[in-house]
Amino acid sequence: MATIRILSRILSVLSTVTLLWTQSGECNNGRRSGDAVDTDFSGFSVPLEHSFEVDDVPRFHLRGALQLRGGRENSVYLSQNQLSEKDRSTLKDVAAVDGLYRIRVPRVSLQVDRQTERQSEGYLTTFVRACSLVESHLSDVITLHTDVSGYIIGISIVTIPGSCRGIEVEDEVDLEVFNSTISVVAPVTAPAPETAPYIERMEQEMEKKGKNPQEQKSFFAKYWMYIVPLVLFLMMSGAQDQSGGGAGEIQFSVEVSSQL
Amino acid sequence: MAWLVVRLAISVSLLYAASAVFEDQVGKFDWRQQFIGKVRFALFDTHSQASKKLLVATDKNVFASLNSRTGDLFWRHVDKTGPEGHIDALLMYGQDAVVVVGNGRLLRSWETTVGGLKWETVLDTGSFQAAALVGVQDLVKYVAVLKKSAISLHDLSSGSQIWVENLPDSDSVQYQTIYSGGNGVVFVLGVVPNSHIVIVEYKIEDGEIMNKKSVEAVWMSSLESSCAVVSSGILLCVDQITQSLYTLPLQSAEQTEMRQIHLQMLDLEVVSGFRPVLTSTQPNPAQPPLSEFFLQLSPDHHILLQFIDGLIAPLRDFNPSYLAAFATSGERTVAAVMSPKNDTACSINLFSADTGRRHLDTTIIYHMDPNGGKPNRLYVHAFLKKDDSVGYRVMVQTEDLTLTFLQQPGRVVWMREEALADVVTMEMVDLPFTGTQAELEGEFGKKAAIQDGLLPMVLKRLSSQFILLQAWLAHLWKLFYDARKPHSSVKNDVTIDILSRDEFNLQKMMLMVTASGKLFGIDSKSGTILWKQYLENIQPNSVFKLIVQRTTAHFPHPPQCTLLIKNKDTGLGSLYVFNPIFGKKSQISVPALPRPVIQTLLLPVIDQDYAKVLLLIDDQYKVTAFPSTKNVLQQLQDTASSIFFYLVDSSQGKLSGFRLRKDLSTELIWEVVIPTEVQEIVAVKGKRANEHVHSQGRVMGDRSVLYKYLNPNLLAVITESTDTHQERSFVGIFLIDGVTGRIVHEAVQRKARGPVHFVHSENWVVYVYWNSKFRRNEFSVLELFEGAELYNSTVFSSLDRPYAPQVLQQSYIFPAPINTLEATLTEKGITSRHLLVGLPSGNILSLPKMFLDPRRPELVSEQSREENLIPYAPEMPIREEWFINYNQTVSRVRGIYTAPSGLESTCLVVAYGLDIYQTRVFPSKQFDVLKDDYDYILISSVLFGLFFATMISKRLAEVKLLNRAWR
Repeated sequence: MATIRILSRILSVLSTVTLLWTQSGECNNGRRSGDAVDTDFSGFSVPLEHSFEVDDVPRFHLRGALQLRGGRENSVYLSQNQLSEKDRSTLKDVAAVDGLYRIRVPRVSLQVDRQTERQSEGYLTTFVRACSLVESHLSDVITLHTDVSGYIIGISIVTIPGSCRGIEVEDEVDLEVFNSTISVVAPVTAPAPETAPYIERMEQEMEKKGKNPQEQKSFFAKYWMYIVPLVLFLMMSGAQDQSGGGAGEIQFSVEVSSQL
Repeated sequence: MAWLVVRLAISVSLLYAASAVFEDQVGKFDWRQQFIGKVRFALFDTHSQASKKLLVATDKNVFASLNSRTGDLFWRHVDKTGPEGHIDALLMYGQDAVVVVGNGRLLRSWETTVGGLKWETVLDTGSFQAAALVGVQDLVKYVAVLKKSAISLHDLSSGSQIWVENLPDSDSVQYQTIYSGGNGVVFVLGVVPNSHIVIVEYKIEDGEIMNKKSVEAVWMSSLESSCAVVSSGILLCVDQITQSLYTLPLQSAEQTEMRQIHLQMLDLEVVSGFRPVLTSTQPNPAQPPLSEFFLQLSPDHHILLQFIDGLIAPLRDFNPSYLAAFATSGERTVAAVMSPKNDTACSINLFSADTGRRHLDTTIIYHMDPNGGKPNRLYVHAFLKKDDSVGYRVMVQTEDLTLTFLQQPGRVVWMREEALADVVTMEMVDLPFTGTQAELEGEFGKKAAIQDGLLPMVLKRLSSQFILLQAWLAHLWKLFYDARKPHSSVKNDVTIDILSRDEFNLQKMMLMVTASGKLFGIDSKSGTILWKQYLENIQPNSVFKLIVQRTTAHFPHPPQCTLLIKNKDTGLGSLYVFNPIFGKKSQISVPALPRPVIQTLLLPVIDQDYAKVLLLIDDQYKVTAFPSTKNVLQQLQDTASSIFFYLVDSSQGKLSGFRLRKDLSTELIWEVVIPTEVQEIVAVKGKRANEHVHSQGRVMGDRSVLYKYLNPNLLAVITESTDTHQERSFVGIFLIDGVTGRIVHEAVQRKARGPVHFVHSENWVVYVYWNSKFRRNEFSVLELFEGAELYNSTVFSSLDRPYAPQVLQQSYIFPAPINTLEATLTEKGITSRHLLVGLPSGNILSLPKMFLDPRRPELVSEQSREENLIPYAPEMPIREEWFINYNQTVSRVRGIYTAPSGLESTCLVVAYGLDIYQTRVFPSKQFDVLKDDYDYILISSVLFGLFFATMISKRLAEVKLLNRAWR
């Protein structure tokens, strides 16, 4: 129960993006799996294994159990053991040599009806630097990624904070209990071109124009009070020019006649 | 009113993005070269003496007419790719060329002067076997097409079908050739392998079967390759197992067995393992063929034989000889034979076909390119000279697809490099400095200074200064010399020796790797081929990867490129190391690669000679370093824990990450498995290593900054669903960190299908897919942002980025199909980006990235206007002025390569497919270059004017002051 409380606390701290992701993923998954068998809600559990060795050769052993629940909502709970005295010292040693802390889960499907055909085809592995795990006091965020059909395709682990600054973690108590946040992320549906809202918006614009006769007035109708004086002014000045032009013409004709 | 503003905003933004060329800029910095591919059929127009036409049909489904004087294209028709547009046969009579296309699907007649289509007929289904012109009474009137089970006769002037007849027993007999000697009948020859030959005789008028007989021929497997018709309808076959020639008069009814003539009787022998080839010639389809023919006994042994009165007599033995061909001009038929002269040259001689006598003074010396392949086809154009002797020109095609047109006494009239019609991959390399610049570099090079004393240093400096002065004077002299000559006569012949980097690094060396295994070094400014190198023994299904290990920046070390050639079937690879500027093979010893190479990795680690280290990972995850000096191995050991790489196994849907260990072994650190039952990985792309991003974020309307998620290790993985039903098919997009294997983003584009083209750059991915529901092409853009603040602004580490980025996505309709997609690239990444879209029409569209921005708002607000965001519109516009290649279309564009130049505003673009087109694009206009029509005189006169004005007024003021003081 304690883990769940911690879990909820960290969830609130988590960036909203992750939350959004998870939610949309869940929605999406729920929609698709509507036709799946809804009766079996018991879920199932898969082992979460970890490995941290000074010589960096992976030797996985059990860290906890993932309670997976398919169906409408892909929910997951992690129940895990405390780190033993020996593990803690190993972890610190691994961190000291900048080794890796690896975790793995078997490849499974979250869809309950597919559980029967499930076989142990292999594992999905990932890692984090052991030092960052130690320095974050075992605060890690584990994300399971599924594909459209609910298969787990990848697992990722990050620690918060994620950096290795070389801070000494003296207090052994800090390395006893994992402070884990775990979530399942399904793919989001990429948006298609939004033609319908666009057309709607265009129509609204048109309607607005139609309703508002002020808008419909032509350019001339709106600004005639400016245009008329301008034109008048131009005509006035133009008339003067014309008279000049006329004189030129006369001159020209005179020239022509003289040539003749 | 708001709508008006929106429209105004759009038009203003479009104005800003418009990037067409002006008319007077055409050809100024762009060029196009058109190619045809490997020639399968070539016919010279012998219709008139003065004709310059050469008709060719190629394996790229191109039918074209070349100018035989210059090698330029008169016209070119590019048909569909694949078997649909495959040219099966090319026949020519007079002004008409008849072409059978698409495994006998279409019969077309072309007018050869302008390349217009005269007529086209759709033929009945059935796989194509042979086609021949059919003449009656010295006039060629028909064309006969033989299919697997039917023969049809068509009128040559209209294409209308005269008759079509089914072939008897076509399910057991393989009909393969047609023969007509102009005597009113058409012979169709078929074979039942290792049993007998079937000869069916059709009447030309109505297609009635006049005669049908079968002749025993147990030794025969195929007619096409081993038989020919000579003299007045004598079928002549050769068999290498029995070492004999067989003859059979086609028309005689009584002879039911082929007459065997042992080659031994002629003192001839076919080399074991070689399939002998018979070549006969029929100058006029309305008349029977000549009685002379060539028999090829080994790859370099031909013999000219004559068939007279049932006897075969040798006329002339050509040993050694590579190629032989007949040619006819008027009534005279000649034979041209290419024989080796010495190691580097061949001589081609002309012989009269009927006697085998050599024509005097007809030798053409053909110099073989030491970096090229062997000649493998010879096409002869014979013509009658004024003194009634026969002159000729030849076209030689080599293994490396070079067409060389020669005339006596060996002058190369023109040359075409048809290997360039199939460019696989390319790179652009900076040109080296000039000798003088290099000299200066050398002076301050690493080996200088330290050992030398003061005096040698001074002397060295003086000498280099002198060289500089000399070069400058030479340059001035050249300028003066060129200026005196009329502009047109200034030749722009480019050679490697005078090539040097220009001021803005706009001229580069284009390295092109072609499918035939020929490498080219091309000057990007003019398109001149500066060097070429043919790599022999390249398997046709090889995969190439070109890596630039050392650029020209490390004088005196020559630049170095490495080509990894990998056999697609076995996966075995080999390395070819060369100097990209001169094309010379490097003397550096390359590591042997006994195991299939599955991944290559170019590290930023450099050895003491400034070559970047290339890691090759084989199928047992063993790592080979190249170069692998002690220095490199030491550096690798030191940095091993930060060297990560990924592998993709699309057959299992597996992506896995590895880390290098100190002993150069590897360890698996992450694994992502995408089940192949649902979707298949079709492409994985990282970012380009030479890409720079200038701004870390985007300034929003409210003056806050939205930081980009710039992960250099990010991989974009595209998958396609295995279910192809239009409602259920989808395209998957995964963004995976290549170091940690963390899935950063995972999206599914529903009701979508491939082929997917995509570009991954900066903080965005743009992909194009086919929407199977609405049947249209759509663009989608994904942008990743860290948010309002950066997690760690100094350095990016995949191992220390705990928060996932925000992902924004938007999609648009694109109203055209596309062939390829690429993004522009500039030196510092300040210039705005454009997407270059290769369209099947041959145009290249330069689409501003601005239009592909997921932050384009639905409704215009003050803030979005502040940010210069274009309001969202679902359809992407295509504007003609965005076509960067105006009317210079690139046929079958397959790839676009972009490279930065020394100018930030300018990006060099090369589009390749059947054609090659090179140009420059200026996505944000030429903001760092003065315009061509910049008014220097005005600005300088204003400057001088102001200068003198200040001088004069200063003087006046002084005088005035002095006067005042005196007062």
